[in-house]
Amino acid sequence: MTTADIFFWFATGLLPLSLMAFLFAQQKANSLEKEHGFLHSRPGFYGWYAVIKFASPALIVGFICSFLSMLGLVNIPGIMVLSTAFALGGISLWFGLKHIKHDFRARQPVEKAMTVLFFIAAMISILTTLGIVFSVIFESIRFFHIISFWDFITGTVWNPDTAFLIGAGRGEDAAVPQFGSLPIFAGTFMITAIAMLVAVPVGLFAAIYMSEYASHKMRNRLKPLLEILAGIPTVVYGFFAAITISPLVVEIANAVGLQADYTNALTPGLIMGVMIIPFISSLSDDVIRAVPQPMRDGSLALGTTHSETIRHIVLPAALPGIVAAFLLGASRAIGETMIVVMAAGLRPNLTANPLEGMTTVTVKIVEALTGDQEFDSAFTLAAFALGLVLLTVTLILNIVSTIVIRKFRQRYE
Amino acid sequence: MNRSSMQQNKRLQRRHRADRRFKYYGMAAIAFALSFLAFFFVDIIGKALPAFEQAYIQVPINYNGEVKDNYNKAIPRSYRYLVSRSYLRSLPQKLEKYPELLGTTEQTWVLASYRVDQYIKGHKGHGLKSKYRPHVEEMLQNKKIELRFNKQFFTHGDSKMAETAGVLAAAIGSILTLLITMAVSVPIGVMTAIYLEEFAGDNRFTQAIEVNINNLAAIPSILYGLLGLAIFINIVGVPRSSALAGGLTLALMTLPVIIITTRAALRSIPDSIRDAAYGLGASNLQTVWHHVLPLAFPGILTGSIIGLAQAMGETAPLLIVGMMAYIPEAPSGIFDATTVLPAQIYTWSSESIRAFEERTAAGIIVLLTVLLSLNALAVWLRNRTQKTW
Repeated sequence: MTTADIFFWFATGLLPLSLMAFLFAQQKANSLEKEHGFLHSRPGFYGWYAVIKFASPALIVGFICSFLSMLGLVNIPGIMVLSTAFALGGISLWFGLKHIKHDFRARQPVEKAMTVLFFIAAMISILTTLGIVFSVIFESIRFFHIISFWDFITGTVWNPDTAFLIGAGRGEDAAVPQFGSLPIFAGTFMITAIAMLVAVPVGLFAAIYMSEYASHKMRNRLKPLLEILAGIPTVVYGFFAAITISPLVVEIANAVGLQADYTNALTPGLIMGVMIIPFISSLSDDVIRAVPQPMRDGSLALGTTHSETIRHIVLPAALPGIVAAFLLGASRAIGETMIVVMAAGLRPNLTANPLEGMTTVTVKIVEALTGDQEFDSAFTLAAFALGLVLLTVTLILNIVSTIVIRKFRQRYE
Repeated sequence: MNRSSMQQNKRLQRRHRADRRFKYYGMAAIAFALSFLAFFFVDIIGKALPAFEQAYIQVPINYNGEVKDNYNKAIPRSYRYLVSRSYLRSLPQKLEKYPELLGTTEQTWVLASYRVDQYIKGHKGHGLKSKYRPHVEEMLQNKKIELRFNKQFFTHGDSKMAETAGVLAAAIGSILTLLITMAVSVPIGVMTAIYLEEFAGDNRFTQAIEVNINNLAAIPSILYGLLGLAIFINIVGVPRSSALAGGLTLALMTLPVIIITTRAALRSIPDSIRDAAYGLGASNLQTVWHHVLPLAFPGILTGSIIGLAQAMGETAPLLIVGMMAYIPEAPSGIFDATTVLPAQIYTWSSESIRAFEERTAAGIIVLLTVLLSLNALAVWLRNRTQKTW
């Protein structure tokens, strides 16, 4: 029996048996109700009580067994797992059914069990975070056993081509692979900076126009249109950047006498900037509208023009929120993958010229993990080290922006 | 008018000009974004339209004895290069199935090769050798080559031959993957939101969960791919490239979206509803189950649709869990190697043959149509069911 089979039989056994337990207990409650008058809880609760009594031991056994066999500690035959689970469930149901009497309050244990279930669901989001953090950290630690952390952060040469030879046990006759990721960080920074150069002015002015000038009706029409920009899948942007914009950039560069690669850093930066516009505009729009109207009125009463009020009163007041919006935008740009995979280069390149090809952290992660490399080679582990850097930077940006926004809200609410 | 008031007047004019300029900047920003959007759609649709038509060619097929061993013998040498090889390959099987065809000859319309297709669509880089061009031109004159609606694109999976490549396998893969995503993330997300809004008190722990959910919503999607690879595939042992691996990864990614929208929906239900239920003796669970959830349902549905649309367009984490394999057949189960629409677009876009470019754009149109209609559905639902209490 494969694992999939066990899961299948577990589910197909659990569901009808639970249904039977439910119907049986409900039936019993109904007949009790005829005998003794109204019970404490509705008959359905007695049914659910039976289901909980039956399913929870079965689920716990199933979960423990799959967890243990996943870790490779024990190898229990599937048929045994199934029979143990259902037998335990049956025994527990037997005792549970005995509880069902006319003075038994079924609602309380059911409510409690549901609260526990909801709590477990809430824990899954915490587990997801822990999962991301640990999966990245464990593989990174293995990577830093091979390559020192300092070399990784400050090295300027990324040359992992010989890493697979070491993985294949032929390390002696190969040159030492180099994992200096500074050029990769530089590429990420360059593309993010270009994206922000596009997204910040356009997004901010769009937000100012929508919140301060546009009528309510106009705003309701413009906002969804702008949101389309954020809803387009990034793989589509990547195709558009690589096929349409990149040749355009090269042509324009040639026309003004510059040399540009087809995989230049400018193209993905521009497209990414456009993609981020709606994020920045809608977040800034929210904070600008949160600035209290009396502040505007006071300024206008002193004789300033509309734009002077916006520039000297509204924007400074909204500044923390706007900065938070920029940080969130930057965090999106740093973590953006498909646009750079398709339109930026693969070659790590430490340069200040955006018309040359540069590569980013996300490109290298994809390159390392979609190839035919052995999972344990330093090359694939490097992807997790890069992921760790990515996670750290985006987490810091997110947390800072959350704190800034919260402070801002507290000030005006 | 004296000097100083004239100066003042000038200054006022300057300030008003600056005022107008400032407004124009805002308009320019919006115009820039919208014209980009228009340019984008015109460009993609322009690139995609040719792919919805495919060249067919009328050729004589001769079912002689040699066909079984060498399908190339079925048509005269001058046509061999013009006909799709996928058609020729199917001939031996056809002959086996209908042995009575042996020795007959028929004039029939078959799929042309992608080179002919690209040539008559007027693309540069079509790859049609110049010695065949007069022949193709002549056949075009005699109406022996024509463009027909490209049904194959919707009924076939991926193929190495551009003329038969279609989106069916990827579309089915997408549906399977998203079914898993929804089956996992909607119940868990709704239960989390119910816990946070209706059951948990406002303490440090729930605040930690809240901060955590906001962070999860902003984590780059590719990191979910690393999680899927390290935990679902390497530790749990879910098969690589399978719909299950991709679906679970996407489920974790959409979870924050569903939690956040469900919480907003629950919060918009006024407390008077809850108080009335409590007053009639309902318990916490009964209140939520019988009164709050049904009222919040439209909001939850809208949020789920938005999360679904987001998951559907996501590519990066799926590349990491291996869903970019060459999959010509639709998957038959959630453990089979699968590809999804965005991953199919990615693999086509990295093909070097020119004919794949229009397929890529056509795939994009299919994806965008689905996504935009999902989003429109969400907006429509929201507007229709929005209630002010």
